[in-house]
Amino acid sequence: MISAHLPILQIVIPLIAAPVCLILRHAFAAWLLTTVVTAVTFVISVALLMQVLDQGAISYALGSWAPPWGIEYVVDQLSAFILVIVAGIGVLVMPFARQSVEQEVPKERIYLFYVMYLLCLCGLLGIAITGDAFNLFVFLEISSLSSYVLISLGHDKRALTGAFNYLIMGTIGATFYVIGVGMLYMMTGTLNMADLAERLPAILHLRVVEAALAFLLVGISLKLALFPLHFWLPNAYAFAPTTVTIFLAATATKVSVYVMIRILYTVFGGPALFEVLAIDEALIALGMLSMIAAALVAIFQDNVKRMLAYSSLSQIGYMILGIGLGNAAGLAGGIIHIFNHAMAKAALFMAIGCVVARVGVVTISDLAGLGRQMPVTMGAMMIGVLSLIGIPTTVGFVTKWYLIEGAFTAGNWLAVATILLSGLLAVIYSWRIVESAYFQDPPEGRDHVREAPIAMQAPMLILAAACIVFGIGATWTMDIVIVAAEALVGEAVPATIETSGIQP
Amino acid sequence: MSVEIAILACLIVPAIGSLLIWLTGARPNLRESVTLVTAGLLFCLVLVVVAPVSAGARPEAVLIEMFPGLSIAFKVEPLGATFALIASSLWILTSLYAIGYMRGHNEKNQTRFYAFFALAIASTMGVALAGNMLTLFTFYEVLSVCTYPLVTHSGTPEAKRAGRVYLGILLGTSIGFQLFAIGYTWIVAGTLDFTDGGILDGKVSGGVAALLMTLYVFGIGKAAVMPFHRWLPAAMVAPTPVSALLHAVAVVKAGVFSVLKVTIYIFGIDLLSTTGASYWLAYVAAATIIIASLVAMRKDNLKLRLAYSTVSQLSYVVLGAMLATSSGAIGSAMHIAMHAFGKITLFFCAGAIMVATHKTEISQMHGLGRRMPFTFIAFGIAALSIIGLPPLGGAWSKWQLALGAAETGQALLVAVLMVSSVLNVAYLIPVAVRAFMPAPGQSESPDRSDDGASWRIEEAPMFCVVPLCITAFGCLLLFLFADRLFEFLEPIAAG
Repeated sequence: MISAHLPILQIVIPLIAAPVCLILRHAFAAWLLTTVVTAVTFVISVALLMQVLDQGAISYALGSWAPPWGIEYVVDQLSAFILVIVAGIGVLVMPFARQSVEQEVPKERIYLFYVMYLLCLCGLLGIAITGDAFNLFVFLEISSLSSYVLISLGHDKRALTGAFNYLIMGTIGATFYVIGVGMLYMMTGTLNMADLAERLPAILHLRVVEAALAFLLVGISLKLALFPLHFWLPNAYAFAPTTVTIFLAATATKVSVYVMIRILYTVFGGPALFEVLAIDEALIALGMLSMIAAALVAIFQDNVKRMLAYSSLSQIGYMILGIGLGNAAGLAGGIIHIFNHAMAKAALFMAIGCVVARVGVVTISDLAGLGRQMPVTMGAMMIGVLSLIGIPTTVGFVTKWYLIEGAFTAGNWLAVATILLSGLLAVIYSWRIVESAYFQDPPEGRDHVREAPIAMQAPMLILAAACIVFGIGATWTMDIVIVAAEALVGEAVPATIETSGIQP
Repeated sequence: MSVEIAILACLIVPAIGSLLIWLTGARPNLRESVTLVTAGLLFCLVLVVVAPVSAGARPEAVLIEMFPGLSIAFKVEPLGATFALIASSLWILTSLYAIGYMRGHNEKNQTRFYAFFALAIASTMGVALAGNMLTLFTFYEVLSVCTYPLVTHSGTPEAKRAGRVYLGILLGTSIGFQLFAIGYTWIVAGTLDFTDGGILDGKVSGGVAALLMTLYVFGIGKAAVMPFHRWLPAAMVAPTPVSALLHAVAVVKAGVFSVLKVTIYIFGIDLLSTTGASYWLAYVAAATIIIASLVAMRKDNLKLRLAYSTVSQLSYVVLGAMLATSSGAIGSAMHIAMHAFGKITLFFCAGAIMVATHKTEISQMHGLGRRMPFTFIAFGIAALSIIGLPPLGGAWSKWQLALGAAETGQALLVAVLMVSSVLNVAYLIPVAVRAFMPAPGQSESPDRSDDGASWRIEEAPMFCVVPLCITAFGCLLLFLFADRLFEFLEPIAAG
């Protein structure tokens, strides 16, 4: 009985819990409630994934209003996968959050933090689950507005300007998105994605539809910080409270990538669209550009959080490249990178959070000597770094492998070279962490640094372990992702993928 | 015990050993016992794995399915079996040696050293026993990362710089070229399994094959083919046991071994010889042989000289592979074994000299032979083996390689092999000879009592001297039993 309503429970539980937190007004109580709620959401998301793997896509009519009149929630392989990532990060952050938030957020505002956290989680989950283009906008705004607040809670004054920048850019992005949806509605008379997908092919050549697509893509690109629309992101990540950085870095931009996939492949038909409009080539070019440019900028960052933020931009390029390649292997590489990068980046930011908890601000040189003083934290950071580089046995390699396969299949040699090159640039920017932590002596007067509390270390270690486990046994994730990618690209499941690769 | 389990145990045992070393770090004697027991156990496991291979079996095992359709899988064949045997047997000796060296030299962070050493051996086993190119690449990369803390062991700015060169070149080539080549192979051939006769036959044209082979040879940076050789001299800042086992045997041999694997089981000797795709690389290797030898002659630091000698000798193996003949391939495989025993002895000697006298430059080593006769006699034996003189192992492999070069009718390559042997004489023999000669000026010294004192035998600790005598003796045994090795390796060229 209840299992039939899981899709709505996924959204409603955190949505209701948020105002409850507001009423509680007590830091610990709010934390406890949030922890319980995120745990429940995670369980629900896993249950949904199981259902989908078992029985195929689930369609849920909100309030029993049949789609396309009512709002439809659609849980297919892809959205279930994204839900698990978002909810999983959501719950993993919680044990970490308690102490980290206490340190970085004024005490009287802590309960507000959790209110916003729950709203943000709800919005992100909603984006992933909804099958309605306008409803997606609503959730986009819920998650965005709450994340502006979350970022501005940082104790650094620059967090305010960071949040304000993000507010402006994010609002422009959301507005563009809603203009695009409005134009589509004007042309097709529907907001349901499946309905749109049916009606659009006939009118794809119209100028209005092209304009709508342009608005949608630019809007989404702003939200996912695609180069050159990325300027809001580094400051927002660098000065937000660490918990917020972890959560947003691992989920927010990734969910926007999901929206990009949805709009391009589900609504506009993916490969069919690319035949009419060469969007794919633009995406490949932009993806490659951000992979390289952002990695180059990351090399010159001194603040570790900023460096990792630029690294995120570079990694987002991988996903966009995968989307642009337009074949199953490439798209699978893009999608799996949502998961892989969430694991690695969350582990890295958590390690930074542990360092912040003990040392304070983190520039590269602040890490000096920590390899000896905080061996566990730095060990986790090493795994994250190796993942960014894409060493085999880490998740980063899985992405790289599928993207290369996709690029070769598409005959795009330049893309192959770019993928490999950006991995090498990752060595350059991330190895500075290693050299500082292991080769420098700690500065004067910092002789005794203890490891961070176990509650902060545990989720970090789980994520670092996930980087290895899903790097060696990628079959578990790839089985889901490949099916999802093939469905999106519209390929029948070819036996070759399973047994002998793709024939040229 | 089934062979399949033994194969997996070859990886898991040293990995667990590494963990135990970490846990027992507070008690050095216990920690060293763990290393030795692990090394002994690993050697026994390798014997179990290798035994059926000589009877013609090809035991296989699968660790895990990494990607759908691509597994971390192992398949033992003569080439890999030989490499695994060399690495695991020399690990025992190196462990003994390391105990003497690390304690004699009062090195810091010994626990980290032994732990990563065991991990490096585990990855070497993975490379040796790999059943497909993805598995080989995976362990190849893990090996690069595991050895980084060993190379930069001392933690000095110099070590940090060397570490950059080391990792930069190894990762740069493997990610930049090798992964590219592997990806392309996978797309074209639809498989990455090591198969007798290769998997690319009929799938690629001659030009593409040549390009792909080039990417592989330069992409396997551990083979140290010029111009991607600089990481090897840089790695000499590491403690000597690392230079001895890893940068004369495990890591560098993993490189040339990978080249051989690719030649034989990815391309297939027939494909290469019919298309001639690899000939120009044979000349690159030949150039490396000569240039590295010339550089070695100019190096006064003993470890650096040995490093350049290794660069030169590695290219023998690459050259043999690129000849694309069966004698070339077998000669290459034999040279992996012969050079391993010879070069590890030389490094052991260099380390023993350092421990006993703190001397690193060849010009300071006058007269040391009288103080350290065992060390320098072993040095001389190993040097003769590297040069390729009977009755030492190196003679056979060089003979095979020369035969292979002659078969292809490339007179120039035969000449290179000959000239190089002369160069080997020029840079190795003086070290041993000078040690038994008094220093110029010092020789006529009337102060007999002083000289008398320096003639007393003052060898390095037993832990250092015994292993190097054993490996030197190994060079001799390899000459006597080379036919056994030859017969064992013969199937790889039957393809």
